[in-house]
Parts: sequence; structure tokens; C-alpha cells
Amino acid sequence: MLELKNIKKTFNAGTINEKVALKGVNLVLNDGDFVTVIGGNGAGKSTLLNAIAGVWRLDQGKILLDGQDVTAMPEYKRAKFLGRVFQDPMKGTAADMQIDENLAIAKMRGKRHTLRWGVKKADKKEFVEALKMLDLGLENRLTSKVGLLSGGQRQAVTLLMAAMNQPKLLLLDEHTAALDPKTAAKVLEITEKIVTEQKLTTLMITHNMKDAIKHGNRLIMMHEGRTIIDVSGEEKSKLTVEDLLEMFTKASGGEFTSDRAILS
Amino acid sequence: MMELLNALPGAVAQGLIWGIMAIGLYITYKILDFADLTVDGSITTGACVCAVMLNDGANVWVCLLAAFLSGALAGLITGVLHTLMGIPPILSGILTQLMLWSINLKILGKSNMAVNGRSLPVLISSLNSPMAILVVGLFIVCLITLLYFLFGTEIGCTLRATGNNEQMVKAQGVNVKANKILGLMISNALVALAGALLAQYQGFADINMGRGAIVIGLAAIIIGQTRIGFIGRNFALKLFGCALGGVCYYLVYQFVVWLGLDTDLLKLLSAIVVAVFLAIPYIKKEYFSRPHKELPSAQPSEQGEENHA
Repeated sequence: MLELKNIKKTFNAGTINEKVALKGVNLVLNDGDFVTVIGGNGAGKSTLLNAIAGVWRLDQGKILLDGQDVTAMPEYKRAKFLGRVFQDPMKGTAADMQIDENLAIAKMRGKRHTLRWGVKKADKKEFVEALKMLDLGLENRLTSKVGLLSGGQRQAVTLLMAAMNQPKLLLLDEHTAALDPKTAAKVLEITEKIVTEQKLTTLMITHNMKDAIKHGNRLIMMHEGRTIIDVSGEEKSKLTVEDLLEMFTKASGGEFTSDRAILS
Repeated sequence: MMELLNALPGAVAQGLIWGIMAIGLYITYKILDFADLTVDGSITTGACVCAVMLNDGANVWVCLLAAFLSGALAGLITGVLHTLMGIPPILSGILTQLMLWSINLKILGKSNMAVNGRSLPVLISSLNSPMAILVVGLFIVCLITLLYFLFGTEIGCTLRATGNNEQMVKAQGVNVKANKILGLMISNALVALAGALLAQYQGFADINMGRGAIVIGLAAIIIGQTRIGFIGRNFALKLFGCALGGVCYYLVYQFVVWLGLDTDLLKLLSAIVVAVFLAIPYIKKEYFSRPHKELPSAQPSEQGEENHA
């Protein structure tokens, strides 16, 4: 369903800050895959997700979504197929707008925007049901400004927005990293629920190896702009953190450097 | 004292016209978070278009429509400069403003033109200030109603979100560039409409009449927000606050003139007042805020202070 063909990206080419972020990534996702992505700092995880979302142009390579070449498609048009949640809880929602208005904007994703009323009555029921599912008490606060919510609540609302209209692909960029452990666990639980219920094909970056092993049916590890480990199915479900670290040492010829990933 | 009282209806009428301008400015400044300096030019463009057409014998409503469209065009230029050519917002506005100075001169054909309220079919005139207050007041009511509903529609929602969180809006499939251009067009169209009304009211269009317009508009917005803030945060009320702010500004203006202040100093005074009001939130936060006890991640969003709808 998603196919990345040898994609490359270098930032600040030709300057002292040159950073080769993606060195030719090849990846094929199957329908319904829930892939967790791990890797040290600067491994290219977020760059990979941004490449898929179309935040900037690729230097080289192709991105196919359900067979359609989207490499040259601008970010806002590609959004029709994608649901995205960012690391920063402030980024996924409009703080000055109400919860229902935010959800309504997500509901319009991929459709022509018209002069019809933004928050439709019929949709409100759907929003309430979806918010109930979060179990955060937000179903009674439809008209609250999102800026009044906590980081975890905002991230949960962003998840709902991202999953609205059954996107072809859900991109989660360390979406629990900025939350405290308890809230992070809750948001992850909600993620699992939404992904399984709607059978969404998902790419989830995490810095937590345990989470990466526990969730999803496939695990990818990135290192210096390449995917170096790709395990799925039976093999993945038996993985332990120690196995992963050993695999990393073998594949990269060095120690795993991100303390953050090992400790958490 | 009688002199001051006699000047009051005129001040209110002018204030209301500037209120329309402030409502236009509100769309870019508050909703799109875009400090748009185009307005100094587009208010004059509206006045020039209206003055020339009226003197050519056109229907006054056609003149107003033409002024409205000319403003939209000015907004389009700024929008294209900013979104498609990557020029920063302030600079895009300044560039358009400078272009408009020449264009306005060409439209007018000279540096100023009279709009005779006695011989031309004007809608409002300083010859009859109470009537002007009524007409402009009606304009404002219609505009606020229209804008209230516009910003509640699908397009309006995405417009508000564009100024609030660009990244989110992009991720939700909204064409941010098109939205910014649209917002700038609506804003400048309203500003030019205010210019057209102003030309009729004061009885002339002048190439320099827009100088510092953005400061007066900002003053109206700021005054309006402090006056209206405690009544409510409803979107329509905020727009109403802009209009009221314009009136307050001109009442103070008249009062200061009546006190005998040198009118050459008025622009200096306006700018200082606006600077002080813009600085207050920053100074409060920077120098007088107590340290927070919560963790940084637990703080409520600071952007949450400026609410719409």
C-alpha cells in the first residue's frame, strides 16, 4: 500500500551544516501493517515520516501510495490520505478553537471546503461518541477551547482527528514522548484501540524499545539514514530489548548510542 | 464647550468609518496573525476609486463595490508576494503599499480630488453627520453579521485555524497559501470600503490619507478589546469592539484637538499610545510574572488568550 523506493534527503547541502538524513530508504508497507520505528537520535526516523507526509521535496526516490505516485504532491493535498500526530502536543490542534471545531476541520480533510456551516449538527453526535471512547471526560466539553486541555488530552484529540475519515496511513511521530509516563501509557492505549478498531495502516516512531516491541506487527530500526532491522510477525512478537540491542550491534557495527531508548 | 459638543456627531461618524477599517484589519492582524501594512495603501485606493467614479457620474453603490474589489486586488498582490514568492509578511505589505501609492496617483490623476456632497449622489456626507452615523452603523451591523457567519463556515473555520496553527492546518489538508491570500483579500476589501466611505464623508480623496492608517486601525482594535473584553469573548462582540474602538479613538481625538493640542503631534501621540498598549502584555509577562511552580509541559497554552467565536 505504501512503497518507498530509494528515497534520499540531504539538509543544508553544500554548507557546513550539511546533514544526510536519508541515504536511500526502501520500504514496503502492507495493508493493515502496524509498524513501530526505533533508532537513535538523528537516525532519520522523523525525516522518514516527514518525507511520506510531503513536508519538503525529496532529493531522489519515489513514494507510492496505493500505487499512486505522490512524490510531487504538495503536503496539503497528500493530507487527504494521511493522519498525522506530532511529538509536540501543541502542534496537532488549534488552541484558540473549540474541540468540536478542531474535530470538524479534521472531518473536512480531503474534501472541498464550502460555505456550509463548519460544525454540523449530525457530526456532533459522532464527535461525542468518539470523545467518549477516549474516556477522558471530554465528551461534555465540546465547546471548550483546546488550549485549555492538558498535553495528554490534546494528543488524544489529535489522534481522533488523525484517524477521522479512515486515512490510508497513520503517521505517529513520537506522539507520547512529551507526556509524563502515565499519560503516555494512556495515549498509547488509545492509539492501540483506534488502530485495531479501524484497521489502520500505521507507522509509529517511538524511543521506547519496550513499546516498540509490545505494539504493532512489525518493527523497523533505523540508523544513519537507513533501515537496518526489519522484523515482523512471529519473530517480532518474541523479541526482547536485549535481542534488539544485539541485532543493532551486529547490523551497525557499533553500540546503540541513545541512552534515552535504553533507559526507558 | 459647545464647540466640542458640535464636533461629537462628526467624530462618531468618522470613528465608525474607521471602525469598518479596523474590522478589516482585525481579520489579518488577529485572525491570520499577519501584520498587514497594505492597508495604508488600500484605504487610499478605495477612496480614490470611489472619488473618481463618483465624479464620473457612476452610481454610488457601484462605486462602493468597485472600491471593495480594488481593495481585494491589493490584498491579492500582498498575498501572492508573501505566499508564492516567500517575502516576509511585513515586507510584502510595504511593497504593495508603495506600489499602491503610484497606482493611487494614476487613478486620481492628481494628489487630491473633491467629492462634493451637495452635487454628487453620495451616500454619506459631513453635511449630515447623524444620517452618516445611521448609514455607517447599518453597514457595520450587516458586515458583522456577514463575517460572523462567514467565519463559522467550513472555509471560515479553516481560515481561523490557519492563523492559529499552520502546521495543524496543513496536516488537515488545508491549502494554507490560498487561505492567507483569501484572508488578505477580504481584509483589504473591507479597508478599501472604509476608504470609499471616508472619501464621501470628508468630501475628498487625498493621496496621503492612508498614512498611518494601520496605527489608527490597531488603536481601534486595542481600545475595542479592552472595552469589550469584560462583556464577552464572542466573535461578533469582538468585531463590534473594533467599531466601538474606532469611535472611542475619534472622540479622544476630538477632545485632544479641543484642548488645543498641536494637530501635527497627533500621529506621534497615536503611535505612542498603540506602542504602549502593544507592549503591556509583554512587559507584564517579562518583568512582573511570578515563576511557575508546575512543570513546563503542564502549562496551558499561551496562545489560548486570543479566542475567536
